[in-house]
This record gives sequence, structure tokens and C-alpha cells, in this order.
Amino acid sequence: MTTTTSRSLAIAAKGLRKVYGDKTVLDGIDLAVPAGTVFSLLGPNGAGKTTAVKILSTLITADAGELHVGGHDLADDPQAVRAVIGVTGQFSAVDGLITGEENMLLMADLHHLSRSEGRRTSAELLERFDLVEAAKKPVSTYSGGMKRRLDIAMTLVGNPRIIFLDEPTTGLDPRSRHNMWQIIRELVADGVTVFLTTQYLEEADELADRIAVLNDGKIAAQGTAGELKRLVPGGHVRLRFTDPAAYQSATVSLREATRDDEALALQIPSDGSQRELRSILDWLDSAGVEADELTVHTPDLDDVFFALTGGAGVPDQSKETVR
Amino acid sequence: MSALSLAVRDSNTMLRRNLLHVRRYPSMTLNLLLTPIMLLLLFVYVFGDVMSAGIEGGGADRSDYIAYLVPGLLMMTVGSTVIGAAISVSMDMTEGLIARFRTMAVYRGSVLVGHVVGSVLQVLASLVLVGAIAVAIGFRSTDATALEWLAAFGLVALFTLALTWIAVGMGMASPNPEAAGNMATPLILLPLISSAFVPIDAIPGWFQPIAEYQPFTPAIETLRGLLLGTEIGNNGWFAIAWCVGLTALGYRWSTALFNRDPK
Repeated sequence: MTTTTSRSLAIAAKGLRKVYGDKTVLDGIDLAVPAGTVFSLLGPNGAGKTTAVKILSTLITADAGELHVGGHDLADDPQAVRAVIGVTGQFSAVDGLITGEENMLLMADLHHLSRSEGRRTSAELLERFDLVEAAKKPVSTYSGGMKRRLDIAMTLVGNPRIIFLDEPTTGLDPRSRHNMWQIIRELVADGVTVFLTTQYLEEADELADRIAVLNDGKIAAQGTAGELKRLVPGGHVRLRFTDPAAYQSATVSLREATRDDEALALQIPSDGSQRELRSILDWLDSAGVEADELTVHTPDLDDVFFALTGGAGVPDQSKETVR
Repeated sequence: MSALSLAVRDSNTMLRRNLLHVRRYPSMTLNLLLTPIMLLLLFVYVFGDVMSAGIEGGGADRSDYIAYLVPGLLMMTVGSTVIGAAISVSMDMTEGLIARFRTMAVYRGSVLVGHVVGSVLQVLASLVLVGAIAVAIGFRSTDATALEWLAAFGLVALFTLALTWIAVGMGMASPNPEAAGNMATPLILLPLISSAFVPIDAIPGWFQPIAEYQPFTPAIETLRGLLLGTEIGNNGWFAIAWCVGLTALGYRWSTALFNRDPK
């Protein structure tokens, strides 16, 4: 039987570990995903995101860890886990030699749907993913975006309650990416739990209830997008002047501000809230400072990502060359 | 549904997928059939008279050689067609679709069973085609009884199953479809150094043991005996032993590779 904590959670992992040879890919990570939420595993290439998905979706086995998905123990009853999950991997899992519709009906058969139910589900999903016109064509003729849509449609045939999406928008154009986001939001609206990996911070910010930053096999930080952003400093209001004289007088009045003499700009620390902005504006008015341009900068997940994963990918590159 | 009926249902689904591939892309099967058919026509119409004079009891007319050659070429057709299984298994394994199947609650063995049954059916269809050509150019079975026909059919089916499992193992072990095609090439080369084209005693002495005990020769000699009434001797038992051995080996090899954690 499962523990009480893991029963209310769709996905629960304690001390998940995976080692390939002498390389520790996942070094004892803990994850907790409540049912009906979107959880995003964020990290640079090679951080272990795909390995985590492969393990949690029963494709490969973990070396250690107490793992539950949908209330079932991964080690004891992988077949029960498989019955409640749907997986869309990084590489398209479609049969290129047959048509889109045949792919859908293949899934319906493997989910043991009746003939009429299979046809209905297939038709509905092809319609929903805008594949009706292409349904009778071989999948090898599809574009990348169409293959991705078919891939997700195939994943949804069995009406899974927990869905793993491994970098679902990698390689998609901006329009297809936004369509994919819409699809994910609709899934969540239906009460589905989504486990999403991505290297796009914007994507995690848009979709995820909770985000875990994976770096070098360890969870570097975990929380809501807001919580993660609060971990790093960097929010400020920037005032820019065109007249050097006005800039000079402002620097005298605003001693706390950080100066950027080249750009004739001043930076005042701020969390970007309305209350703080108002007080800054009041203060500027009373000090008689009038900037030509005022912009508000809030720390985004990029700041968090780089702060947590050790710079803008430079250390990674040096590692590559050593290897 | 019981576990057995689920296994049957999933395997049947996978089988239908494989047969759909064969139906959509018949060119691969036909390409594989080209070698045995070309060799049949070449040896009968170009070399037939000489070959006929060379075999024991053969006259100056090629009809005796047709009778000698056809059982060997039927077995060669088996070896040739199963190469398709190696290639399509390998193609499957290099794509993401198998990973999807592995994360679904389907019967684990269904992927391989689907390939094996599909390949066996494909071989049987190929044999009908090659057999029809053989009959068209003058091959006749000499007074084989119904029982002998049945035994011949059973032997061919068993031999096909054995080579198919080996080919599936080769497909599983290969990194890509091209490598799988290369690895499976011996399945079409072995008949060339068997008793398919010339009797064993017409082969140089040092080479005879290899030719005599490799899997194709006992199978061909047994089929010849059943269809033409020649001496079977120990060959029947050797053939069955080879079939059972290769089936067990291929099955263990394929399933072990399939159950390994994918990369």
C-alpha cells in the first residue's frame, strides 16, 4: 500500500537516483506533484530532465528511490502506472509508414477500446488537433508541428490522468508553440496532471504551478515562478535622462541610486509592485526630478536560471571541451 | 479480460500494424524475393542442361535438375524473406514509437510476437509465389502422399519460425536498419553453400562437413525426400533439432535484448 502523502500526490519521488557508468545523472532528487497541477522540470541540456521522465514513465528503471505515480509503486507495479499515464517523449513516437488516422486507431486498439469507440475518439482528437485534412496521408509527409500534434493526440487516446511531456515545444515555431501551450492549458482544465520538462524559462513561467530547477543531477531550487524570482535580486526601476544637466541634478537628489553615467541613467532597487512604484514617483516629484523615460525591470526566470545553474553556459562549454 | 486474451489481442494489433506496412510498401518484400527467383531461372534455363547431367541419375534434359533445385530454392526463399524481419525490427527500435509502446499497459511481448507472426505469414506468401513459378516452369512432386505434403508444410513452417526468430534477434542487436540488413545477409548466403544447388558429394571434400551440417542442408534434404521420395535418413532429425535450437536461441536473444533498459 502507498503512504498517505503519496496518495494525494499524482507523482511522488524520494531520493531518485540514476547512474550511468561513473556518471551520476540523477543524484537523489525529491519531487512532489499534486494531482491536477502542472509541474515543470527546468534545466539546461544534459541536466537529467529526460532521464527523470524516462524513469517516472516506466521506460527505464531507477537505481534507487521511493517512487509513486498515480498512487502506484513504480518498482512493484509498473503496469498499473502505465494504465494511468500518457507520455510524449522528446522524439516523435509516431509510425511514419502509416497514416495519421491509422496511428490513432492503433492507439485505440492498444487501449482496448471497442471499434466504434475507437473511431469516435480518433475522429474527435484529429479534429481537436487540426489534423482532419491530413488524416488520410502517411505521417512521413507531415511537418514537424503536425507530427508533434499527432504525437500528443496519440498520447490522449486512453484519456490518461497523468501526462509526461518531455520538451514538447523544442523545435516548434512560435505559433505552434503557443498552440501547444493552449493544448496543455486545456488538459489542466480537464483536471489532468502535467509533468513538463523544458529548457524555455518562459514556458515554465507561462504554464507551471510549480517549477523545479534541475542542475547537474540535483534540484537547485523548487517553488512557484514567483518564489523562484524572489530568490534572486535584480528588480529595479530605471530612469533615463537626455539632458546631462538634468541627470547631474538627479544624481545629487537620488544618492541611493546606482549610476550609469554613459547612458545617463539611474537604477533604483524595486520589487516592481504598484505600491512601491507610487512611492518612488512621489519621491521623484518631491525631489523635483523629471526623467525622460522610466522603465520597470522585474527579475525573470532567466535571472533565476543563470543564478542557479552557474552562469550563462560558460562552465558547461568548458566541461564539453574537457570531455 | 484475462491475461491470455489481452496478450492475444495486443499481439494481433501489432501483427496488423506489421501487415499494413507490408501491404503499403510491397517493394521491400519483392526485392528480397528477387534473388531466389533469379537464381531459379538462371540455374534452370542457363545452366540447367549441364547441371542435370552432373547430378546422380540426371539425364541430358534439365527437367531432372528442376526437381532437384526447387526444394533448395524454397528454403532459400525462407532465408531471404526473413531478412525483411531483421530490417523492420531494427527500424522499429530506432524510432520513438517502441518507447511509447513500452510506457503503455500492453502485453510486453506483443511487439516481437507481431513481428514474428507477420514475418512467418510473409514468408508463406512468398513461398506460394516462388512455388507457383516452379510449377509453371515444370516442377512436379513425384507421388507424395497427403501425409508427406503435410509433413513438408510443417517442416517449412518450423524452419521459417526458427529463421524468423534469429532474424528478429539480429534486428534487435543492430544499431540501424542498414546494419540489420548486413547482419542478416548470411541467411541468404548459407543456401549457396548447402545441398541446394549441387549434391554434397560434388562439393570439395574439406568443405563437405560445413555444407552437410549447416541448418539449410538437412532441411533441404528432408523437404526433397518428402516431395520427391529421395532418401531422408538422419536429415529429418537434424532438421528438427536445428529448427528447435535456432527458435530457442533466437527467442531468448530477442527477448533479452527487448527487456533490457533502452538507452
